[in-house]
Amino acid sequence: MASLNMRAAILSISFLILALGLWEMATQPPEAQTGMTEYEMLMGGAEQESRVPPPSAVIKLAWAELSNPFYDAGANDKGIGIQLAYSVYRVLTGYLAAMAIALPVGFLIGMSPLMYKALNPYIQLLRPISPLAWMPLALFIIQDSDASAIFVIFICSIWPMLLNTAFGVANVRQDWVNVARTHELGPLRTAITVILPAAAPTILTGMRISIGIAWLVIVAAEMLVGGTGIGYYVWNEWNNLDLASVIFSILMIGVVGMLLDLALGKAQKLVEYKE
Amino acid sequence: MSKSFLEVDGLSKVYPDGQGGELTVFGDIRFALEKGEFVCIIGHSGCGKSTILNVLAGLDEASAGNVVMNGKEIKGPGLERGVVFQNYSLLPWKTTLNNIVFAVRARWPGWSKEKVKEHSERYLKMVGLDHALNRKPSQLSGGMRQRVSIARAFATQPELLLLDEPFGALDALTRGVIQDELVKIWEETRQTVFMITHDVDEAILLSDRIFLMSNGPNARIAESVKVNIPHPRARSTIFQNPAYHKTRDYLVDFLVNRSGSALPERDGSPKFIEPAKGVAQSKPASAETESESDTAARAVNA
Repeated sequence: MASLNMRAAILSISFLILALGLWEMATQPPEAQTGMTEYEMLMGGAEQESRVPPPSAVIKLAWAELSNPFYDAGANDKGIGIQLAYSVYRVLTGYLAAMAIALPVGFLIGMSPLMYKALNPYIQLLRPISPLAWMPLALFIIQDSDASAIFVIFICSIWPMLLNTAFGVANVRQDWVNVARTHELGPLRTAITVILPAAAPTILTGMRISIGIAWLVIVAAEMLVGGTGIGYYVWNEWNNLDLASVIFSILMIGVVGMLLDLALGKAQKLVEYKE
Repeated sequence: MSKSFLEVDGLSKVYPDGQGGELTVFGDIRFALEKGEFVCIIGHSGCGKSTILNVLAGLDEASAGNVVMNGKEIKGPGLERGVVFQNYSLLPWKTTLNNIVFAVRARWPGWSKEKVKEHSERYLKMVGLDHALNRKPSQLSGGMRQRVSIARAFATQPELLLLDEPFGALDALTRGVIQDELVKIWEETRQTVFMITHDVDEAILLSDRIFLMSNGPNARIAESVKVNIPHPRARSTIFQNPAYHKTRDYLVDFLVNRSGSALPERDGSPKFIEPAKGVAQSKPASAETESESDTAARAVNA
């Protein structure tokens, strides 16, 4: 009897083969029933009906792109690696900026019921705003499309981190805080040696949610601001009607998103503790 | 009275009762502890024992009254008072050793790393946990966790040790073993200890005096009962002492029949009682029987 993992892997691969097979069959051009009309002959036998490219075409393209991911042949022809790097750079910059604000402010809100009550209405008002709604304002104020995209990432990743930090800090077990108090730890040392490790799993959960949202939003943001990045790349290839490239970049967006999530998942494991 | 190590004067705790009035949980609590004394406090649930202990620890504030230790009024928590909580309160992300190191470092910030580690290990050894230095609290049994907690409190060498029903969550066998360990450590260190318990036998085994609290609301420390049994004591032989039974009968009678109506002296200090006064005292337990029973209990616990 094969192990559960083994059986799951076999099943997974079967599903993949099945899906690719169906996709391949569904996208075969119809057999020419009759001889070509004069028009068709004039067009060199080109198909009039556009269709989704088959997986074989996508895989061929993926191979070509991935074997040289960092080529740069001008503004509209850069390797997938360069485009992804631009997006990751924007996401990380905005994300780190959000972290720099969200963690201290979250600590403050979590530790002070007064600050919580004072700031909570604003948080509740700002949180549901689609990050893209900020784009026009950002473009007007910042006057730089790249920085505006980063700002949009900043604004969308700040909320889960802020709220989870505040929640985690506010719900640290009173017993542990009492341990810090009976050992005469000052506020700063209490925050670093007791509250931070106690709240870390909750904070990391917020950070993991944030990186996921940031990666979702960057694609849309780059479609708007253009120039570089994976979002721009998808839209540009759509404009070129190069659907194989579109499908390939969709898959790459998934891969990078998964890697970002995995990294945060690993970090989460590091700070977890069992009671 | 004015020269005692710890003096508690007129302590009371008042809560709003939710109907516009006030509820006095305990009122006009007065007592004194001498240096090196082991005192247990017994009373029914709700009489405010834990609140009194938390006030001594500086974690809670009384509505009135004050506590003076070594001539200084207690305000807020401090390292000269160590606390062992019922739920252990170990930091779960730290190993056993680092939980102690955390406390030792807070107590003596100037110590070198090696000295802190050596000191911490010494106290873990005292409670028989030198084999579990690198385990996390979640990997320890309840009894082992409480041992770590006790080691942490003793390691900081506080002038006053406060134990809030430390064995309440443990099963009877484990409880016995750790009681023996506590007796042993206390014989070595002779710390001043103030401990809450619900267990009459535990109180007699450990204490020099036992405070009996009347029932709340408006609970008082009504009596201070002297335990006339010489140290060192052992759980296995203390039953042979006639003073033990006298004391035990007295305590049980108080808790069952008189805790509702008992009152302290006119001046608010507890009535001093010696139920086993003059009772012929048997010799203290011989070292041999003690260690034998110790091993047996350990084996059961393992």
